[in-house]
Amino acid sequence: MAEDRVRAVQLLTPEGQRVSHPDYDITLSDSELRGLYRDMVVVRRIDTEATALQRQGELGLWAPCLGQEAAQVGSARAMAPNDFAFPTFREHGVTWCRGIAPLEILALFRGVTNGGWDPQVNKCGPYSIVIGAQVLHGVGYAMGIQFDGAEDVAVTYFGDGAMAQGDVNEAFVFAASFSAPVVFFCQNNQWAISQPRDRQSNVQIYERAAGFGFPGVQVDGNDILAVMAVTKVALERARTGNGPTLIEAYTYRMGAHTTSDDPTRYRLAGELETWRLRDPIERLKVYLARQGIADRSFFDQIEQEGEELAEHIRDGVRAMVPPRPESMFDDVYAEPHARIDEQRSEMLEYLSSFQDSVG
Amino acid sequence: MSELTMVKAINAGLRKAMERDPKVILFGQDIGRLGGVFRVTDGLQKDFGEHRVMDAPLAESGIIGTAVGLAMRGYRPVLEIQFDGFVYPGFDQIVSQVAKFHRRMAGSIVMPITIRIPYGGGIGAVEHHSESPEAYFAHTAGLRVLTPADPQAAFLTIQQAIACNDPVIYFEPKRRYWDKGEVDESLAALDLSAVADPWRARVVHTGSDVTVACYGPMVRTCLEAAEASTDISLEVVDMQSISPLDLETLASSVERTSRLVVVHEASKSGGVGAEIAARISEKCFYSLEAPVIRVTGFDVPYPASRLEEYFLPDLDRVIEAAEQVMRY
Ligand SMILES: Cc1ncc(C[n+]2csc(CCOP(=O)(O)OP(=O)(O)O)c2C)c(N)n1
Ligand SMILES: [Mg+2]
Repeated sequence: MAEDRVRAVQLLTPEGQRVSHPDYDITLSDSELRGLYRDMVVVRRIDTEATALQRQGELGLWAPCLGQEAAQVGSARAMAPNDFAFPTFREHGVTWCRGIAPLEILALFRGVTNGGWDPQVNKCGPYSIVIGAQVLHGVGYAMGIQFDGAEDVAVTYFGDGAMAQGDVNEAFVFAASFSAPVVFFCQNNQWAISQPRDRQSNVQIYERAAGFGFPGVQVDGNDILAVMAVTKVALERARTGNGPTLIEAYTYRMGAHTTSDDPTRYRLAGELETWRLRDPIERLKVYLARQGIADRSFFDQIEQEGEELAEHIRDGVRAMVPPRPESMFDDVYAEPHARIDEQRSEMLEYLSSFQDSVG
Repeated sequence: MSELTMVKAINAGLRKAMERDPKVILFGQDIGRLGGVFRVTDGLQKDFGEHRVMDAPLAESGIIGTAVGLAMRGYRPVLEIQFDGFVYPGFDQIVSQVAKFHRRMAGSIVMPITIRIPYGGGIGAVEHHSESPEAYFAHTAGLRVLTPADPQAAFLTIQQAIACNDPVIYFEPKRRYWDKGEVDESLAALDLSAVADPWRARVVHTGSDVTVACYGPMVRTCLEAAEASTDISLEVVDMQSISPLDLETLASSVERTSRLVVVHEASKSGGVGAEIAARISEKCFYSLEAPVIRVTGFDVPYPASRLEEYFLPDLDRVIEAAEQVMRY
């Protein structure tokens, strides 16, 4: 891997040292900084709880975002309320920041629904499982913003693996061609299941943008200040009619790909140790403490909040029951549809035949 | 004879095919060191090297499109699509290129490409991981479509699919991956076409009242129904080849039973069952005592996993359909 070409923007070192960068800076109030810390801690708590619930058989699957909290929270908190996020299945930090209730997310992984929230309400699309598909949707949405003369921006989330997908490369072409107000936010967590980044991209990911004709920037994805600073610049660029930016958030997938995966088959434990020292939460915590922005009682309070949310999630998930079987016929079409009605009746009749024989 | 899961049986079949022909290469996402998400290719990269078992970039169109070029160059690519719902980014290459290339080149080029796709539901998976898209491919001239029902069939037919000079879409019933069965690996030493014809349907349970046509994951379901059905005697026919369909074997069964039920997981409308029903109506019009009844998934997107038991045909629905055709 061409580690020597890593040029990640950094404002906060892994040791929690505030550093400056010639092109990027950010000024946040103390309460904003505490808010970012809270978001990351809570998101991690949701994540670990969900992993535990999957182990207990309460969820069918979970895709952990462990280690990617700064990339997700930093970018999502940079967005304005009317900007629109297009997440993948791992963006629990993004959906949290967009105000999607954690239980809505857990319902997907429990298998009681394949969808849920109204994207218009929180300006947040559905979790995309098909790699890369949502990136084109984001570009189209951005084109709509542009046609409407609005000042919103679409932010599309995807991984290093998605960089290989045709849809993503076509999205770059369309965005450049229309100078669409979109931010491409790629979390390079170094792995696409068992495949290292260089199987998808022979150059650093941010370098790919140049060939499509828009700027690419690499940011330390575990540094929430840098992620936020870089995202704000890209959002502003898009908002003022200057077109797309590709942001590569250089981070690491600390967990398994999903709870079905066994990463020991393809990666070395040493890698994990290296990245543990770059933990996104720990470095902000050190910074907040050293600067006197937050103290022990604040950290305890946030931890307590996380515990309460975890309990709420546990109870909520266990209480989730499957919907009525015939709900599978709902919302297949927006207009009346005879075949759907016929099959719904067939199912209900069939199910009631069991009722009769039992009762 | 050895007792193998279907995963291990396909793995053994791939191994035999690679030993037999150095032009056989495997290409797909995470199939190397990881051995595929279902471990079907486990150990093959270690034994055959990175040039014969290659991890692909994350792009299905890329995997299938480059396989066309590899085939033109004399290779025999065996591709893995990670899950049924992820074949669609490669659909254009399959339908417009893989399927038509031989014809377009007036027969001068063959496309001996095998596209392995784990398919079907029943494993409690998230969206896009439980689909049965076989009808799209069966509808496409130039493609053959095979699906094994048990480890022995899988061991043989994967090798036959690879040996075939036509492109074969090879659907692996993922919910049956861990079912065990006796596999005679020594058969691989023989001329495989003499062992069993992969393009023929198989009568897997004899009966006299109703013929039940099925394939892939539904074969076990229908066999269980045949065992459980005490009043009605079911004859179960595993179609195995979805394209071409072996209607001779099926028709000769229907001529004896006079009744046919077709079972598949895929949605009903425009499905393989519709084709079977139409063809059997033509062939067996004078023998049929009842219309052909289909037991299938509903015409809805595959539901959330906690509802899949209501979507998937099960033993009860198969028996109920048998009772229905008996009432005529
Ligand atoms: C079109 C498509 N092909 C294959 C898959 C199976 N799959 C799920 S996640 C994944 C790897 C994704 O890697 P990346 O884009 O880096 O995202 P990450 O998982 O690291 O968040 C693959 C191959 C899929 N979901 N969609
Ligand atoms: Mg990745």
